[in-house]
Amino acid sequence: MTATLTKAQRPSAAPLPDDIRVTQLRVMHSEWHKFWSLRSSYFTLAATLIAMIGFGGLFAAVTATRWTHMRPVEQAHFDPTAVSLRGFYLAQLVVGVLGVLIVTGEYSTGMIRSSLGAAPRRLPVLIAKAVVFAVITLVVTTVTAFVAFFLGQYLLSSHHIETTIGADGVARAVVGAALYLTVVGLMGVGLGFVVRSTAGAIASLFGILLVLPVLGEALPTDWATNIDPYLPSNAGQQIMVVHPDPSALLGPWSGFAVFCGYAAIALVLGAVLLRRRDA
Amino acid sequence: MIDAVGVTKRYGDRVAVDDVTFTVRPGAVTGFLGPNGAGKSTTMRMILGLDAQTAGEVRVNGKRYADHPAPLREVGALLEAKAVHTGRSAYNHLLALALTHGIPRRRVDEVVELVGLREVARKRVGGFSLGMGQRLGVAAALLGDPHTLVLDEPVNGLDPEGVRWIRQLLRSLVADGRTVFLSSHLMSEMELTADHLVIIGRGRLIADTSMAEFTARFSRKVVRVRTPEGGALRDLLVGPDVTVTAPETGLLEVHGLTSGEIGQLACRNAIPLEELTPVTASLEEAFMDLTQDAVEFSVHQDVLTERTAS
Repeated sequence: MTATLTKAQRPSAAPLPDDIRVTQLRVMHSEWHKFWSLRSSYFTLAATLIAMIGFGGLFAAVTATRWTHMRPVEQAHFDPTAVSLRGFYLAQLVVGVLGVLIVTGEYSTGMIRSSLGAAPRRLPVLIAKAVVFAVITLVVTTVTAFVAFFLGQYLLSSHHIETTIGADGVARAVVGAALYLTVVGLMGVGLGFVVRSTAGAIASLFGILLVLPVLGEALPTDWATNIDPYLPSNAGQQIMVVHPDPSALLGPWSGFAVFCGYAAIALVLGAVLLRRRDA
Repeated sequence: MIDAVGVTKRYGDRVAVDDVTFTVRPGAVTGFLGPNGAGKSTTMRMILGLDAQTAGEVRVNGKRYADHPAPLREVGALLEAKAVHTGRSAYNHLLALALTHGIPRRRVDEVVELVGLREVARKRVGGFSLGMGQRLGVAAALLGDPHTLVLDEPVNGLDPEGVRWIRQLLRSLVADGRTVFLSSHLMSEMELTADHLVIIGRGRLIADTSMAEFTARFSRKVVRVRTPEGGALRDLLVGPDVTVTAPETGLLEVHGLTSGEIGQLACRNAIPLEELTPVTASLEEAFMDLTQDAVEFSVHQDVLTERTAS
């Protein structure tokens, strides 16, 4: 490395174009580039693929082999769509962690100061992260949900217990799995901005998604029937139910809307704190 | 051009920066000097809007940093050695910053070349040495070809070649008419680079002066004299404008007389001299004196309190 500055190496070699300024679209472009320039993004997306397709296929294969030994009650409750999408349970952990990491990874490394130095109005950074993450995750999870569904149905077809994408509520449930996972991740993004530490944000996210429903079950019955359906993951997972109970408090779309509301709260809280706190 | 007016930062009860006012003028290197913990980094973060001031206002080229449509075009900053995601390559880090402003890729290549990181630009930053991290920070600061540069301890962790490189870079930036605001806790570093000094201690502004003025006012001339007849010589030398100290037997330190004057006096009185050396008391010492009261955890004070406690 030479230490001297030649004429060509002067700080300004050629003048920069005139239209240089920060726009929301450009911050999104930057976040898009940031996402794809980290190895962890590829690992987590691959893990989502494996969780959804691998576990969906595994559950379908196991169910198919067990089918003849299953009790009639079990057979009556059998839902071929749900079995093939069962991998969502694991995939939500992976997608949730990814959502958290695209934010807290910047806080733990100090990158956030560079990001906010380049876009000091701050809100465009949060918006760009949420949009870029949502688009990438929605595309990846939609594709994997369909692959998992078709693979599952193929494996179940050996016992003629499969369903078709055209059957009532099935397409909604498959797309719903992708929507649910994407919103889980967005909740992670919001909590990332609120909590700022990786461990804390992940603990909060999974506390909300996985622990709250368990606590809800401990409530007295008359409370539980009114509260449990509104807990975030209970509400959000309604969208994956092929044959919704008509008497349920929340249907597939109203449940999902409630779930989106929780994610929106996390993102708005994150935005307020991002604007207010020192970086 | 940076204008700080009455800037104050409080963390609960603790005042990190206390009503500090100064101006960083264009076309010069302004040194921002103070002991560790004096509030330099906090002030710099407030310039960039990363920390919000409790009171007062900081303007960069007439506006708050965040109000500029292209902040990287106005101010380039090197704040911490690594404000970089360790999993990303140097090139991708710079490109991500460039994309927020629509800065062309060729500019990314230019700054990579300029700081001498071309060979490692595609490597992940996590494996960078402190010096390489600093170079990457400088590259990021220069990305928008800004009028003003804010550099927090840029030579920290650099090898001698790196230090020399930073100094040359600063000079060439100022030659282009740019404003440079540079922090350090070492006066010796400022002596070589700064034209103007802003000195703070314990969050308070201590001095805002040109380097020349500071030198004229604070650099004391001392003459070191070694003689077996210290007592006799001392009596001859002392006067209204002359002070003599004896740090050890046979050694005198004389303020207020030139070595020539001392030599002639000694000769006339037949006092043998073993050594007669003019010493310029360093600006480092002047700076230490100036900030001594302001040092947050003075060792001296700690010793005193320990003694009274026991």
